[in-house]
Amino acid sequence: MAAPVLSLRGVTKRFGGLTAVNAMGFDVSEHEVVGLLGPNGSGKSTTLNLISGALPLTSGQVSLWGNRISGLPPQTITRKGVSRTFQLVRLLPSMNVRENVVAGAVFGHRRRWGGEARDHADQLLDQVGLGGKGDMAVGQLTYIDTKRVELARTLASDPKVLLLDEWLAGLNPTELQIGIGLIRSLRDEGRTVILVEHVMDAIRSLCDRCVVMAAGSKIAEGTPTEVLSDKEVIRAYLGDDDA
Amino acid sequence: MDILITGILLGGTYALIAIGLNLQYGVARIMNLANGEILVAGGYLAFIAYVSLQLSPLLTIFLVAPLAFALNWLIYRVMLQPLVNRAKTRGQLETDSILATFGMSFIGVGLMLGFFGGDYFSYSFMAVPLQLLGSTYGANRVIAFCMAVLICGALYLWLNRSRAGLSIRAIATAPASARLVGIDVKRLSALAFALGGAVTAVGGALISTYLTLDASTGVVFTLKALIIVIMGGVGDVRGTIVAALLLGIVETAVASLLDPGLTLAAAYILFLGILLFRPQGLFGKTTT
Amino acid sequence: MSLTGSDLRNLVLAALALGICALLPLSGSGYWLGLGVTIAMFTALATSWALFSGPTHYISLATAAFFGVGTYVTGLGIDSLPYWGLIGIAGAIGAVLAALVGLATLRLSGVYFVIFTLGLAELVRQVITWVQNNSGQKGLYVLTDLDEAGIYWWLLGLVTAVFVTGWLIGRSRLGFALRIIGDDETVAAHSGINTARAKVLLFMVPGAVAAMTGAILAPRYVYIEPSLAFAPILSFQVVIMALLGGASRLWGPLVGVIPFTFLLEAVSANFPNQSTLVIGVAFLIIVYFLPNGFVGLLDRALTRTGHRREA
Repeated sequence: MAAPVLSLRGVTKRFGGLTAVNAMGFDVSEHEVVGLLGPNGSGKSTTLNLISGALPLTSGQVSLWGNRISGLPPQTITRKGVSRTFQLVRLLPSMNVRENVVAGAVFGHRRRWGGEARDHADQLLDQVGLGGKGDMAVGQLTYIDTKRVELARTLASDPKVLLLDEWLAGLNPTELQIGIGLIRSLRDEGRTVILVEHVMDAIRSLCDRCVVMAAGSKIAEGTPTEVLSDKEVIRAYLGDDDA
Repeated sequence: MDILITGILLGGTYALIAIGLNLQYGVARIMNLANGEILVAGGYLAFIAYVSLQLSPLLTIFLVAPLAFALNWLIYRVMLQPLVNRAKTRGQLETDSILATFGMSFIGVGLMLGFFGGDYFSYSFMAVPLQLLGSTYGANRVIAFCMAVLICGALYLWLNRSRAGLSIRAIATAPASARLVGIDVKRLSALAFALGGAVTAVGGALISTYLTLDASTGVVFTLKALIIVIMGGVGDVRGTIVAALLLGIVETAVASLLDPGLTLAAAYILFLGILLFRPQGLFGKTTT
Repeated sequence: MSLTGSDLRNLVLAALALGICALLPLSGSGYWLGLGVTIAMFTALATSWALFSGPTHYISLATAAFFGVGTYVTGLGIDSLPYWGLIGIAGAIGAVLAALVGLATLRLSGVYFVIFTLGLAELVRQVITWVQNNSGQKGLYVLTDLDEAGIYWWLLGLVTAVFVTGWLIGRSRLGFALRIIGDDETVAAHSGINTARAKVLLFMVPGAVAAMTGAILAPRYVYIEPSLAFAPILSFQVVIMALLGGASRLWGPLVGVIPFTFLLEAVSANFPNQSTLVIGVAFLIIVYFLPNGFVGLLDRALTRTGHRREA
């Protein structure tokens, strides 16, 4: 395996007496799509928040290309090339669709401004299937379109690592196929992605590798087929209606 | 030693006022910047009752408390509840309530100026010296302090022992969850706001026995109470009391060692220290 | 970036309006000139206030503190330095002071910021009074050959600078960053924006402008003493005017400044003791009836008639 782009070592987060994430460690290589799975409340989203800098770590270390990024504020981590979507879509209500994407292009890893940023935004909007909708108000968008805008915003700074937090959740079956297709196109472009996901179809068809969490700890790691037949994993999910 | 005791005596009354504000902010989520005007109004009532009816301020507080309670309850129900209902975010409620209570504060000052004029008012109540640990202190200060301790103690017991107190603390900790376990958040928020106003007004009546007030001094007390609440931690009675005593001592020290005109500067230095080093309050835990 | 046709049209209109305003002293009416000075002063203060508070939603009550510092700069330096130099120094001091206040408070929630700025003017006043008492000096005389018209033109120049600055910020990365922060601070941080730095930088603008306004106006007072220079009421008046007009547009505060100046003038002439009451009522009107100011009212009316155009 080549040198990892992103690696986690002993990453731990405690909220008061509760340990939400306990000594997590895994690596992500370049061009790899890694799925982070686990039952509700197992600490997946918290792990993502620790990587993106939304929450400070209690202990442990996250590094990007071998350089420590844990402990840095979220804006610095973004500038170094880690970009994310949010579990509940967060768009900027006072701006139109294009400006929402430009917002991701101006201050991030690769910076653009003015006409260049607008052209780049339009190009990304085309890519996510929103071509021609740049002047729309975000309030007029359908649910999947809001997710598309957010995805385009995260892509706008050419991140090295993309963090998608349940990006496919809440989509209906037709939209789900579109959504999976969209993420597959990112994978085909050779992007490095970590996705927190519940949708098993998506995990099977998208992920190169999966990390499974339960109660804050890693319980399995491997290809989708390997982990989904793992005894520990089945036990963790038992009674959980998901997938 | 002298400074320490005078400071603690002053801090006792500060604690009372700050607890009033803390109830309003911690539970009802209203940063009430008109708090100081309620205090001055309480002081006025005590003054009038004493001068015209020779009624002791210690009795007047039993009149001040229900009046202030009713007034604050009305203010909350009529003026502030709509803001709580329309606010989409905590930040919006904060901005709205700050502006609205500023408005009330100015109206309060305007009305008091209209009724009583802009003169300072003071009266001499129990201004007899009292021997304490070898030094002399005004009896009025000592009595005001004792009353403050009594009221703070009663409030503390009520909040920690009674059912209503438990509900109020639940709202302060987690308003959304409090609703889920069947607590009537709206009613108790109004109650907490009114209670906070009553406590502050009583504090005003007590403080008027030994300090000179005028219609526009309210804002100074608002500011001090705010600083105490932030130092002590929002919703933390114990922290509030410690912070109030600390402020009382520091103020007294600065007033007697440097210059009485620098008391606010002293309060600000404490405030700045808290902002830079412990923004979550003296005893607060870092929250996420 | 290039200017579009509507940009050019607005520029020409603004220049024309400025030219007309500059002619006011020639009317020869002392009353109107005095009112003009007041309006120009509040326009500079309220517009720069809204540049910061409009996008960030932080309510700053520090205006009086910066203003007072500015008057003291002129008061202390008028015998040794030229007037224009003092205005520049006041601006620099105001900006540095604002940066310090911002660094201490803007990392935290809005409440801390309001409380801190609320007492700031009083704090500086106490310290200056103390210094004066210890040095045995009471107040300062500011004697210049500058007349009311001169002060008016200086203020008008400052107002122009504020509008140009505001317009430039609106087109800059900083302005864009602040719009994002105003919408969603979490998204802003995750888009790579250093939110604290952006807020501190922007807060330096009203700090500098208020100090310069104070420096310009100092000769008008002739005799400067702390309770006059640091009158806290100024901060509140500025907040009301800016919010009454609307902080979401560059020209919004101006719409609030003009009527409120006339109102205050009328009240203080007829009911001198009731100006606090008027300010209180104005706050309530803003919160309950005009949450977006006159600008918001106008926007709503335009949307209703279907003539809404992008500004």
